[in-house]
Amino acid sequence: MKFAIQINEGPYQHQAADSAYLFTKAALEKGHEIFRVFFYHDGVGNSTRLTTPPQDDRHIVNRWAALAEQYNLDLVVCVAAAQRRGMVDDGEAERNRKDATNIHPKFRISGLGQLIEAAVQSDRLMVFGD
Amino acid sequence: MSVTKKFMYLNRRPPYGTIYAWESLEVVLIGAAFEQDVSLAFLDDGVYQIIKGQDTSGIDMKNFSPTYSALGDYEVTKLYVERESLEERGLTVDDLMPLTWEDEAEDWAEKDSIQLISRAELAKLMDEQDVLFSF
Repeated sequence: MKFAIQINEGPYQHQAADSAYLFTKAALEKGHEIFRVFFYHDGVGNSTRLTTPPQDDRHIVNRWAALAEQYNLDLVVCVAAAQRRGMVDDGEAERNRKDATNIHPKFRISGLGQLIEAAVQSDRLMVFGD
Repeated sequence: MSVTKKFMYLNRRPPYGTIYAWESLEVVLIGAAFEQDVSLAFLDDGVYQIIKGQDTSGIDMKNFSPTYSALGDYEVTKLYVERESLEERGLTVDDLMPLTWEDEAEDWAEKDSIQLISRAELAKLMDEQDVLFSF
């Protein structure tokens, strides 16, 4: 089956971020396809490369990045939600004249159309949120 | 992308207090360009999103309620409101904004977008969807 994944909550604060990862990993290991993972609302916080959890805790951002590396996942961060919350990649930093970036290179910023497209193209949209 | 799917957006939360309602509306507006079979459902505290007379002047937030009136222009014409959610909050349909759309097939006749339905009917509608966005 082909899945689209939507994540609406931030890392560590809310288990939705973990459940989405665990679901995605399990689906991939069972041979299913993940069309796209879309980060929305506070879920955009799952993409900051500056995340520094205690050493004995899971690293939610690097965990996604490793899964993306292994399975060539498309990790998309909503641009409008990201801008509100100070999430910036190189392109956005230049466009908005910011002096820093924080989005992990395994993620990419794009628009809400990517979420709609993923819902259209996939057999199931899985929404992880509150 | 020629596939047409039944998309339903579930609005379950009040308009202010969290950003879910506003960012949900942004998805609806962008999604309208994809020409899917779209409907919105307002249930639980989500019914407050389309209540009349919203005034955010005291909380330094944008009053985005006029945006719901534009949905008809985006060909989003099916707004289901769960009757029990209204009743549980002491509200009636008269407390909601009058939201309408113009039917091109009938010489642009103005029609109500809001349809009051029961919890059981909404459950049945949800069951018929291809995609449920939950906000």
